[in-house]
Amino acid sequence: MAVIHDVMPAFELFQPGSISDAVALLNRYGASAWVMAGGLDSFDWLKDRIKRPSVVVDLSQVQGLRGIKAANGGLEIGAGTTLTELARDPQVRDNFGLLAEAAELVASPQIRNQGTIGGNVSQDTRCWYYRAGWSCYRAGGNICYADSPTAINREHAILDADRCVAVNPSDTAPALVALDAQMVIQSASGERIVNAEDYFIGPGVDITRMTVLAPGELLKAIRIPPTWAGAQFYFEKVRDRNVWDFPLLNVAAAAKYSGENIAGIRVVINAAAARPLRLHAVEAAVIGKPRNEETATLAGQLAIQGAQALRYNGYKIPLMRNLVKRAIRGGSGTWTS
Amino acid sequence: MAAPKLVGQNYTVPDLVAKVTGKSKYAEDFRAEGMIFAKLLLSPLPHARVTRLDTTAAMAMPGVKAILTFDDLPKPADSINDNGQVIFANIDGEVPLTNEPVYQGQPILAVAAVDEVTAADAIEKIQIDFEPLPFVVDPLVSLRPGGPNARTKGNYWFIPPPAPAPPGGGQAQNPPRPDIKELKYADGELAEAKDGQLPILSTAPETWAYGDLEAGFKEAALVLDETYVSPDTSHQTLETRTCMAYWQNGKLHIYTGTQSTVQTVGGVARWVGIPPENVVVVSEYTGGGFGSKITGGISLIIPALLAKKANAPVMMRISREEEHYIGRARPGVRSRMKVGFTKEGRITALDMFSVSDNGPFERQGDCNNTGVIASLAYQPKAMRFRGISVLTNTPPRGPQSQPGGTQSHIVMEPVIAKAARKLGIDQVAIRRLNSPEGKALFGPPAGPKAVRQYVTSAFIKQALDKGAQMFRWDERKLESGKRKGSKVRGVGVAVSTYSAGSVGFDGLFVIKPDGMLYVQSGIGNHGTGSVSDCHRVSAELLGVPWDKVVVTSGDTSKNLPWTCPSGGSQTIHAMTRAAHAAGMDAKKKLQEIAAKDLGGRPEDYDVAGERVARKGGGPGMTLAKAAQRAVELGGAYDGHELPKDINRFTRTSATALVGQGLMGVAKDNYPHDGQSRSFVAGFAEVEIDVETGKYHILDYLAVADVGTVIHPRNLGGQILGRSMLGIGHAIGQKWVYDQHYGVALARRFHHNKPPTILDAPQHMDWAAVELPDPETPTGARGIGEPPVGAGACAVLNAISDALGDEIFRRAPVTLDMILTALEAGRPTTEPLTAHI
Repeated sequence: MAVIHDVMPAFELFQPGSISDAVALLNRYGASAWVMAGGLDSFDWLKDRIKRPSVVVDLSQVQGLRGIKAANGGLEIGAGTTLTELARDPQVRDNFGLLAEAAELVASPQIRNQGTIGGNVSQDTRCWYYRAGWSCYRAGGNICYADSPTAINREHAILDADRCVAVNPSDTAPALVALDAQMVIQSASGERIVNAEDYFIGPGVDITRMTVLAPGELLKAIRIPPTWAGAQFYFEKVRDRNVWDFPLLNVAAAAKYSGENIAGIRVVINAAAARPLRLHAVEAAVIGKPRNEETATLAGQLAIQGAQALRYNGYKIPLMRNLVKRAIRGGSGTWTS
Repeated sequence: MAAPKLVGQNYTVPDLVAKVTGKSKYAEDFRAEGMIFAKLLLSPLPHARVTRLDTTAAMAMPGVKAILTFDDLPKPADSINDNGQVIFANIDGEVPLTNEPVYQGQPILAVAAVDEVTAADAIEKIQIDFEPLPFVVDPLVSLRPGGPNARTKGNYWFIPPPAPAPPGGGQAQNPPRPDIKELKYADGELAEAKDGQLPILSTAPETWAYGDLEAGFKEAALVLDETYVSPDTSHQTLETRTCMAYWQNGKLHIYTGTQSTVQTVGGVARWVGIPPENVVVVSEYTGGGFGSKITGGISLIIPALLAKKANAPVMMRISREEEHYIGRARPGVRSRMKVGFTKEGRITALDMFSVSDNGPFERQGDCNNTGVIASLAYQPKAMRFRGISVLTNTPPRGPQSQPGGTQSHIVMEPVIAKAARKLGIDQVAIRRLNSPEGKALFGPPAGPKAVRQYVTSAFIKQALDKGAQMFRWDERKLESGKRKGSKVRGVGVAVSTYSAGSVGFDGLFVIKPDGMLYVQSGIGNHGTGSVSDCHRVSAELLGVPWDKVVVTSGDTSKNLPWTCPSGGSQTIHAMTRAAHAAGMDAKKKLQEIAAKDLGGRPEDYDVAGERVARKGGGPGMTLAKAAQRAVELGGAYDGHELPKDINRFTRTSATALVGQGLMGVAKDNYPHDGQSRSFVAGFAEVEIDVETGKYHILDYLAVADVGTVIHPRNLGGQILGRSMLGIGHAIGQKWVYDQHYGVALARRFHHNKPPTILDAPQHMDWAAVELPDPETPTGARGIGEPPVGAGACAVLNAISDALGDEIFRRAPVTLDMILTALEAGRPTTEPLTAHI
């Protein structure tokens, strides 16, 4: 059978108007249903005829998935809220600027107008072997083409690789982990809540998925607890182009101080592994220490312990070291913001 | 002569409103009765032979109308040029469809169906088997002893020496037939090169020299031996090469985007195998070309032949991924340069060796141009060039703005910058010292007398002076390299040059009895503005205000004159000359009519203010009246008699316009001593974050030596737009190929990374030196090409000025390259591997 890309095949399209209708559809069609939010991740897969669902459930008409409201001292963000809405929302900006900043650095204005927070955190990896339809581990095969001696893997993982070396490309995901967010997942059998830190999974858990979302499940909302409201935040995204690019690495940090010293902190790096990595060792090492160059340097060194470069991504190790250093050192005026 | 009212003035171009309101019709917007759609089956392998092809199931699908394969194509035929020479068909050249694909993505067949989904579903029903063949995507891998060849016959084009001229003149000899042969490094040549230096291929087929190279190196106070690499970059036109075609009354009608409306006719005719008079090309708007749409290519021929087979109009829309494969790209070049400098910085000797990635088909001129452009821009006293354009199994290359020139500057400018630092010379001063002036010589000695060519004029020194002043170079260079926090700033300057004009084309217009000037234009509308700008020269000569000028263009059935291809920045030069010639022809006719009717001699009359009237006051008549008189007088006045020397294409068009008014029609026969070349001096300031390697371009200034400015706003658009094209080469645009599988990993915009609007310098400006070229009546030279190299290299030079010479050996310079070089104290990115 000859192969053709770039022409979307026919499929059955459902556009439910409510969460319950959407969940009922997902329950009915199970693994053969494709959940589509903004479509930015979906359309590539569909028009390249690599993922071939017989049913697409388009969430764009579900008003119940949209909007941001105050809840339990924090916020509840509908998964269908666009990245533009998120970045502009005053409640988000005032209390959780980290998330607003991350959302504002996603892709391009046009993509942010269309793309949703639910889609951004649930998107598939951008590994160009996998997305071109190569039958790699992640696609159910038995090889990683990106981890071969001749592979071009400048964008790939330096940490936690397990057969697959793809990375999570989301900018908002590390911000949500840093803010200790909770993911509200709905299915026909009810609702379950998963910590953001546990929502994302590496290849060791399931090599074919980036999140815990199973067939029949819908990411309904994201809850931000008040824990880190108004804390000191640091977000930096490093990318080749100044707009319309995935991160080569990004870092998100939320910190509280007691006098000069760091009282509490969460530091998360993404695009270094298949899921956003919370740097527990760094956090433990800097708590109680003053926020200065020395602490920052220590944090940077600790962050990259165990990092392993592929042929073309060695730069990610000093880059991660420096980003974590900057996140601890703080300060503004990063280029990406 | 009165101060010009049109030339040198800004005006609203005629297609502006249509473009900003979306009313402009591009190829994809056309529809024809019964139109069906085509999709392509592309080769999944870089080199293979089709061993089995079964289209039965596809053809049996409802809605599938026809399948076009290699077997349906006309065989390549020899042709005869205007000098009676036989141009041999290139049997190893590009074909629209193939049974032996030589790059991944090469079209194998095309399916026409009622819609695209049906066509795509039909392709999935086609049974096709391949026998894989040896392949190579990196020219240096192919040059290694025992390395694979991209083509079964070899890895480069061998051009036999021309046959000696027959004694006593006589019939011109046919040009030699090129052939594919094999060439590899000899034992020991690979070992000679160390630390990422490009090994010299002593048997390189493209070789020339002038001056005493050995003496030049002896005279030098500093000799550098450096290797730099430039990227392969797709043209990335926003409009992909979509085309709709149908046949009607024996004529082939093609709707597409082309850079050159008139010149596309001949190309299509040759490919399809029909006479040019049976081809109609409609191209009202073209969404970018940059050299990739100079005339027609396979994207026109497939729907044309499919439309014939299906007996229905066929629309073939090209997707962004397909555009990566069939949409053309600039060949990447790796060059090794040994350069001798006096202690003042003058280049005494340049020994240059270039290896270019040719792609799989026709030989590209980029490789040789790296030498030609270096010889012009830096005027080495003695020079040797050696080069080879290596065939690879990667998508076909084609000229891209400043072909070979951009690559030449990308490899040469870092060497000049390094020499200036080593010698303690100002970067502007060293370029000024080595830059051409007046009728400067360039390129290889050629012809029986081994004479080098020379330019018509060169004012690059003035451009450098003006730029240095505008940029406040002397002040800003003091801050270069100083670190503030994690940031370092750097300033860079670069020079750049390329071809800027051709001669000998035709102008054609009619002044009708309504007093309006109806201009026929064969120029393509690809965003440069030449399609209207050039014709303001005619209106200026005749004193016709612009609102009384109607330009007809974009459809070769509408009686257009013989026009230059819009490539190599020819147009503003060639077609203002033609417009001037036609304008002078009409002026002479107006003077004669006035003298006939009003007495006196023709030269007693002047043409101005829509009138032809006695000089110094006196009787006259309006152009409207004169047009009426031209129709009554007939003969040459209304086109019944035409100049003998105009092209037959123009003759056909002019004949169709006979008797409508006073015809201005002429071939450009103006003298032209030298080769027209334009120049740009570029100045950039960057700020680099040494903790991430990320840098931003704070400021960019381009000062152009383009002769007389015809239309400032369009000139500025060209300068800044093409500067961005060049800046893309410096900051990130590239191809990525997996060498083991020979396939593209970067296939779409977000992979190939052409610069976005936010990657543009935070401040950008341009200026022109405004010194007219002495060898053309309007004084204007072209500008499309030279801003590219200047943009790329000013940025590269600013990076090395900030961080030193041990950062990069190849472009683009991405943040990973900077960061790892800063960590290691030397460049660590693989120096020579292609497409990483």
